[in-house]
Amino acid sequence: MTSVEKIPKDQMVVEGLTGDAAIALALKQCDIDVLAAYPITPQTIIVEDFQKFVANGEVKTKVIPVESEHSAMSACVGASAVGARVATATASAGLALMWEILYCAASMRMPIVLTVANRALSAPINIHNDWSDTYGARDSGFIQLYCQSSQEAYDTTIMAFKIAENKDILLPIMVCIDGFILSHNVERVEMLPDQAIKKFLGVRQPFQNLDPDNPITMGPLALTDYYFEFKEQQDEAIKRVPDVFKQVEAEFERMTGRSYGMLETYKTEDAEIILLTHSTPAGTAKVVVDVLRERDEKVGVLRLKMFRPFPSKEVAEAIKHAKAVAVFEKCRSFGSTCNPLALEVMASLYDLKEKPMVTDFVIGLGGRDVPPTTIVEGYEKTKEYLKQGKAPLYETLGVRK
Amino acid sequence: MVEVEKAALSIKDMLQKKPILSSGHRMCAGCAAPTVVKLMGMALRGPTIVCEATGCLEVATTIYPYTAWNINWIHVAFENAAAVASGVAEAINALREKGQWKHEITDVIAIGGDGGTFDIGFGSLSGALERGHKFVYMVYDNGAYQNTGIQRSGATLPGQETTTSWAGKVEPGKRERKKPLPEIVAAHRIPYVATVSPYYTRDFVTKFRKALEADGPAFIHAYSPCPRGWRSDTAKSIELAKLAVETGIHPLYEVIDGTEYIMSGPSKRLKELKPLDEYLKMQGQFKHLFKPQWEEFKKKIQQDLIDDWELLKKKCGIE
Repeated sequence: MTSVEKIPKDQMVVEGLTGDAAIALALKQCDIDVLAAYPITPQTIIVEDFQKFVANGEVKTKVIPVESEHSAMSACVGASAVGARVATATASAGLALMWEILYCAASMRMPIVLTVANRALSAPINIHNDWSDTYGARDSGFIQLYCQSSQEAYDTTIMAFKIAENKDILLPIMVCIDGFILSHNVERVEMLPDQAIKKFLGVRQPFQNLDPDNPITMGPLALTDYYFEFKEQQDEAIKRVPDVFKQVEAEFERMTGRSYGMLETYKTEDAEIILLTHSTPAGTAKVVVDVLRERDEKVGVLRLKMFRPFPSKEVAEAIKHAKAVAVFEKCRSFGSTCNPLALEVMASLYDLKEKPMVTDFVIGLGGRDVPPTTIVEGYEKTKEYLKQGKAPLYETLGVRK
Repeated sequence: MVEVEKAALSIKDMLQKKPILSSGHRMCAGCAAPTVVKLMGMALRGPTIVCEATGCLEVATTIYPYTAWNINWIHVAFENAAAVASGVAEAINALREKGQWKHEITDVIAIGGDGGTFDIGFGSLSGALERGHKFVYMVYDNGAYQNTGIQRSGATLPGQETTTSWAGKVEPGKRERKKPLPEIVAAHRIPYVATVSPYYTRDFVTKFRKALEADGPAFIHAYSPCPRGWRSDTAKSIELAKLAVETGIHPLYEVIDGTEYIMSGPSKRLKELKPLDEYLKMQGQFKHLFKPQWEEFKKKIQQDLIDDWELLKKKCGIE
């Protein structure tokens, strides 16, 4: 582990940045070797800003302006295999087009950082936010971290390289921000000096790469006799993520005073009902909780940051004392019992003798606004269901029936 | 001046050059693809990274925990060999500029079969060519998706029977023409395009070396007979590779900067094309064309070949 020191405040640069711009600047400061990306709304600013850095000679990165997202992820795998520090960015249909190669990137153990501005999947075609894209990719083997603010997007992008490139992990990682709501929203961001990031990350030291002095075969055919072992090793690797995540965050905190945790609890200690969500709805939920608390309602928020690997124990520990947990999620898993986030929460609680009731609210599909009233509606319904002693498996809120 | 290995053009030099593909690679008996790869190896300048598309060559040479490759090799998926090669090439450039890559030359070669190149990998190939990465793309063309069980591809010849273009009571096998890939690739105005046949080894190795030395992307279209799919004698693959040139199925030529067409020696020396029948009769996949029912259809294929040959000669400035 590198030794990092607290960065004096006067060395920090404060700027007003959109989520996309914050990520672009973080990628620049991480001194990535290769960026291969294709434009797609609402991620495009990341690539546009980065190409501006290239045009002005501010980075040494080789940018590959590929002809599709499938090629973007493919080029990232190739570059990462050489030993380069690699990133890309996408959203929605772009992520869907990468799908096949997401699994290759993870199984070939390439520490690629993929920043995603979460956007709804077609059809109907829609450019606005929900989480159907990355939730759909939840079994791809990528680590998934979701951010609530531009500052967190900036910080998480930097930490992502250190987590992914750790020799005990070597897995690709998605850093997700809500499309438009965060990707295009200007917030105050405290930026680290280049030198501090350089010291924090160092140069990538690949564990195995396409080194001419030591030729290897990567991506072979493995059949019934070996394929399963590859998957077993991949599973072991993703299980090690929480420990490495904590180490990296601790180091980052020493440097900046900031850390986020795999999850964040807000006024949950004595809460009878916990609102569980992530990304920008978590900010709205916190405001709702503040208002409800003024009315002596015992309510809090669990804001999840890490969705893959899912921190089951920590989530269960944080919510087990509540009477109910109201899950708010921007994805519908068609035909499923309930939806991806609630499924994880329920499975996490399964072993407990006394468990809180779980309600599942599908919100904000295709960028439908999630105002505080939507969160309040879910809260009120959960209270009612507690009285009745039963709740539906899931409900949609804010939609015309 | 960077030290580079010599291309092995003579049999004597070839025997001395370390093969990039070892024996015991598990390709079918008589398959020309390992020969194509070994000839490619004879042209190498030094450190080389091969990026391969899914296909016969990929699956048969790398059955884990074994590999037949003596040089760096990576496979990711079917339709993306050119995109992977873009990443490999640019990563090397980036690391070299940062002083983290010590080799002065590291050649990047993408290899795909005809399915992975003419069809599913066509978009990624075109993108990589347009972006101008320094790499060589070689297609080994065996005329069908042989790996998945002999299905038709954009490279399948008219009259060829495959498991998705059957010769039946009312169909003569594939009816459509073969996609003119080298010309489409040349239209990207890349520095170098060449067609090669494993029979003409000196021509093959010379061209591959030119491709490696080109200032930008280069493309090699290698003909690669497949006894299993073509239902031909396993001992006749190299003979078929020769006949393909002599009948005009696979003429040998180069295209410089997308505009200058040059007929290569083996094709240039032909006084006239050999009759197509000589090529067809050696393969079970064309057997049905000799039925009276398909006589006219076969004549049309022959005429198209002659017309294409005349057109190519014109492009090459041969009267």
